[in-house]
Amino acid sequence: MRRLEPAAIAGVMSREVANFRSYWKSTTFSSVLEPVIYLLAFGLGLGSTIVDKVEGLDYVEFVGTGMVATAVIFSSALPAMFGAFVKERFQRTYDAILAAPVDVEELVTAEMLWIGLRSGIYGSFPLIVSMLFGLDPAPGMLLVPLFAFITALGFAGFGIATAASVAKIDQFSYVTTLVITPLFLVAGTFFPIDQLPEGFQVAAQFNPLHQLVVLVRHACFGFEATDLLRVGGLIVFTVVLWREAVRRMSKRLID
Amino acid sequence: MPAIELKGVVKRFGEITAVDGLDLDVPRGICLGLLGPNGAGKSTTMRLLTGQAIADEGSLRVLGHELPAEAKEARAEMGVVPQLDNLDVDVSVQDNLAVFARLYRVKDVRAAVDRGLELARLSDRRTDSVEQLSGGMRRRLLLARGLMHEPDLMLLDEPTVGLDPQIRTQLWSLVDLLRSQGVTILMSTHYIEEAQRLADEVAVMTHGKIIARGRPDELIAKHAGRETAEVYAPPARLAEVRAVAEAQGLTVRPAGPAIAIVGSERASDGAIPPEAIRRAASLEDVFVLLTGEEAE
Ligand SMILES: Nc1ncnc2c1ncn2[C@@H]1O[C@H](COP(=O)(O)OP(=O)(O)O)[C@@H](O)[C@H]1O
Ligand SMILES: [Mg+2]
Repeated sequence: MRRLEPAAIAGVMSREVANFRSYWKSTTFSSVLEPVIYLLAFGLGLGSTIVDKVEGLDYVEFVGTGMVATAVIFSSALPAMFGAFVKERFQRTYDAILAAPVDVEELVTAEMLWIGLRSGIYGSFPLIVSMLFGLDPAPGMLLVPLFAFITALGFAGFGIATAASVAKIDQFSYVTTLVITPLFLVAGTFFPIDQLPEGFQVAAQFNPLHQLVVLVRHACFGFEATDLLRVGGLIVFTVVLWREAVRRMSKRLID
Repeated sequence: MPAIELKGVVKRFGEITAVDGLDLDVPRGICLGLLGPNGAGKSTTMRLLTGQAIADEGSLRVLGHELPAEAKEARAEMGVVPQLDNLDVDVSVQDNLAVFARLYRVKDVRAAVDRGLELARLSDRRTDSVEQLSGGMRRRLLLARGLMHEPDLMLLDEPTVGLDPQIRTQLWSLVDLLRSQGVTILMSTHYIEEAQRLADEVAVMTHGKIIARGRPDELIAKHAGRETAEVYAPPARLAEVRAVAEAQGLTVRPAGPAIAIVGSERASDGAIPPEAIRRAASLEDVFVLLTGEEAE
């Protein structure tokens, strides 16, 4: 049989859709409300009293656009990590799926695509919320779901690869503290990274979330030629983690 | 061409050799009972057949497909009921079936789901979530899920493990229905009654190998003879009876609180005490003699 059959991928995704019907209200609620709370706290709190303009933007616009990246990582890496572990270990869902004509590559690809699509939409909510706080619409914004999707695919791959690597679910704490929190803080969401020491600035260039933040701001306020490189970088990130997730899940699922 | 052909299959997990030079042919259209105690390697064998475990040695063919290279093709033509329930608990009964109908590339998903619901007798529970079902209902659903694509071959791994006896009988009727439709079945079990009741042929497995194979009556005749005598008595008396019987070359095995003298029709004067209960030899006698394990 062919590799990466669309029917197999669609079948696995249809399982996610069926499950989504049982929990979409809670995840959608927090995906909408979270940026509202952040924008109220940071934008109005910090923005009106301490910070004036950042990189020529009102602070609420700066944070609002940056929060796309926050929404993306928290709706991709974390659900992928916990979801894949639970489905692999506790619910044995992956065992059930692999007894059907689906292979690990198709399974992992479908799981990544589902999370990527969901996160592409959830990731765009902060932009919509920001408009209520005064951000002007721009045509480039239409590309934001696509940027969010590509980045979320990569982080979904990261989450699945992590789930396939840990022995116990509590080891995720290390990953959250050592990887996800730093990536999220040094992305340029809440403060510009050019205020950081030079080492951090260089490191931030390798942070996919930082590249996403810059792309989203450019989508709102004007693209630059180097943005193509940034998109290319995100695609490389995603492909590498896709292959890694497939490799590690194969090792975990096939005895 | 047999449905399943295994030759010299070995599967190791580190120090443990779960499957140890397994030869197994399953002709089409029969129900083969893989009877063995816990840890015999039954589940590992099932996982080898779906390509979810890769053999270290030996050759495996399922429905003409070479494993593991063509495992996906083989899986497309067989249905699997795993030992451990892996239904989607948060999802409705009908969606559990629909997802697998899609995974099995069934054209008319709705018709397949209706058929599955009817088979599992869950039509009136179709929109309930799996969490709301009883253990027996979940097992029936698990079986129906593996049948979405009407496969020619079914792998049933301990299909009734952990079920109440009454619910077990319900499941047996379902398996009987499949047999009558000509589906080839490989069913593992450690319940002798289940093998006796459902299997056309039984393969006794222990320590990763098949040590005996045949129709239940053949196995009984060959390994146990015609008749078994069970003796219930205080331990001291049992020891006495055992000594006399063994002196005559008869096989004696423990049977819960009693002992069973196998092949008692061959005993001569005095070996079988008057209080013994004589009964026809059973598959249980064969199982205990061959595996050295007490039956369940
Ligand atoms: N994934 C695994 N890793 C390590 N050991 C395993 C694994 N699967 C099975 N085993 C071991 O292989 C042996 C056979 O197990 P199994 O096939 O489950 O037996 P059965 O299904 O007959 O009870 C057991 O000793 C079991 O502990
Ligand atoms: Mg087992």
